[in-house]
Amino acid sequence: MSTQVALWPQIRAVAGRDLLRERRRGEVTWVTLPFGAIALLLIPLAIGIDAPTLRNIGPGLYWIVVLLFGVLVTVRRTGAASDADSALSARLGIDPGAAFIGKSLANLGLLLAFQIVVGAVAVVLYDIPLDRWPWLFVIIPAAGVGLALLGTLAGSIAAGSGGSNLVPFLVAPLAIPLLLGATQALDADLSDGNGILAWVLLMLFVDLVLAVVGVLTARPLQETQ
Amino acid sequence: MAGLSAGRLLSTRTLCSVAPASQIVELRDVAIRIGATPVLRDLDLTIGPGEVVGLFGGNGAGKTTLLRLLATQLRPTSGSATVLGSDLAGEGRLDVRSRIGFIGHTPALYPELTLRENLAFAAAVTGHSGGEVDAALATVGLAAAADRPVNACSYGMQRRTEFARELMLEPELILLDEPHSALDVAASDLVSHLTDDVVARGGAALLVSHDRERVEKLVGRSLDLRGGTLA
Repeated sequence: MSTQVALWPQIRAVAGRDLLRERRRGEVTWVTLPFGAIALLLIPLAIGIDAPTLRNIGPGLYWIVVLLFGVLVTVRRTGAASDADSALSARLGIDPGAAFIGKSLANLGLLLAFQIVVGAVAVVLYDIPLDRWPWLFVIIPAAGVGLALLGTLAGSIAAGSGGSNLVPFLVAPLAIPLLLGATQALDADLSDGNGILAWVLLMLFVDLVLAVVGVLTARPLQETQ
Repeated sequence: MAGLSAGRLLSTRTLCSVAPASQIVELRDVAIRIGATPVLRDLDLTIGPGEVVGLFGGNGAGKTTLLRLLATQLRPTSGSATVLGSDLAGEGRLDVRSRIGFIGHTPALYPELTLRENLAFAAAVTGHSGGEVDAALATVGLAAAADRPVNACSYGMQRRTEFARELMLEPELILLDEPHSALDVAASDLVSHLTDDVVARGGAALLVSHDRERVEKLVGRSLDLRGGTLA
C-alpha cells in the first residue's frame, strides 16, 4: 500500500539517481565538457583577435559557452524528463515538485563542475584577470542555479508538449537575464561592489522566480504527459 | 520462490481479509478516441476487491489502451471511469497512480543502474527499507545478479525485476500486459505469486494476454475485447 513519504528523501533520491546515471553514462564528462573547452579554444582562433581584446571579451565568451553547453548539460539523456521516466515517477508516487527540485539539484551539481573546469580553461586561454575573484563564489552558483532550474523546467515543458526540440526556443529568451547578470557582474568597468551587487541580485531574483514557477507547474506538466 | 511468505503463497484468488467497500475498477459507457480513431467504445467494466480478471482479444482490439486508461496514462474521451475511488478524468488521478502497479511491454527501469539500485531508488522514494530490496530480488531469483546493470541483463531478467518491484511496492491494483512474456518456466510462477499477493491484501488484478490457455488458469473471470468493446 502506498504511504506518504517526506519530500526530502524523494528529492535526495532523485538527485542521487540522476547523478549516478550520469556517472555511468558520462555524457557530460566525455562529451559536453570537452566540447565546451574546445569551443573556448576555437573561438579566438576563428576570429583571430589579439590578446588584449581577448582578455576584454573573455568573460563574455565564457558565459556564452556556459549558457549554450550548460543547456546541453541539463537536457542530457540521463536527466531528460522522458515519458517513461515521468510514468515511473508517477507510479512511485514521487511528488512532482520534489522530482523537479531533485533533478534541478543534480543539474546544478553537474553545471557547477562544468563551470569550474571551463572557467579554469578560460582563465588560462584568455588571461582573464581575477581581481574580483571573491564575487565568483556568488556569481557562478547564482548562474548555475538559474541555468539548472531553467533547463529542468524547459525539459519538463518540452516533454509535456511532446518534443525536446523546443528546448532551445524555451531556454534562449529566459536565459537572457542570467547571461546579462553574469557578464555585467564581472564587467571591468564596474568599479564598486554595489554595481556588482545589483546584477547578482538580478540573478538571484531570476533564480527565485524560476524555482517558484518550476515547483508550481511541476504537477500540471506531469498531468499533461 | 524463496522469500515469499507462506501467507502469500496460501492466498486465494477470491476476496481475503481487508476488503474495501467500493469497487476497484468501475467503467461506465467509456469511450476513448485517439485522434479521430475510436479505440474503446461503450465499455462497461467492474472489478471488485479480490478479483483476478483475464482480458483477451486480438491485435488492435484495444487491450493495451484499456490498460493505459486504468493505469491513468490516458483519460476517457467520454463516460465515467473510476479506479480505487478516483475519477480518471479528474485532477486526482496522479494521486491514485502510485497505488496501481503496471508491468507493460517495455521494462520501466533505468538502464545504467543495477537491479539493486533500481529497486533501491523505488524503495527510497516510497519509504521502504533497503532490506526489502534484497528480499524482493531474492523472491524473483535475482539475488546473485543484483549488482548487474540493467543494460547487461536479459529482457526476462528485467521483467523479473519489475515483478520484484511490484511485490515490494504492494499495489492495490496490478495491471499485467502479456505477463508471461519473456519469463522462463521457472519464473512464470511469479505471475500467480504477484496476483495472489495483491488479492490477499484486498486488491485486484487484470491480466491482458494472447495466451488464453495459460492465463485462464490464473483468473476467476475472463473477458473478451473485440473492436474496442467487451463482447
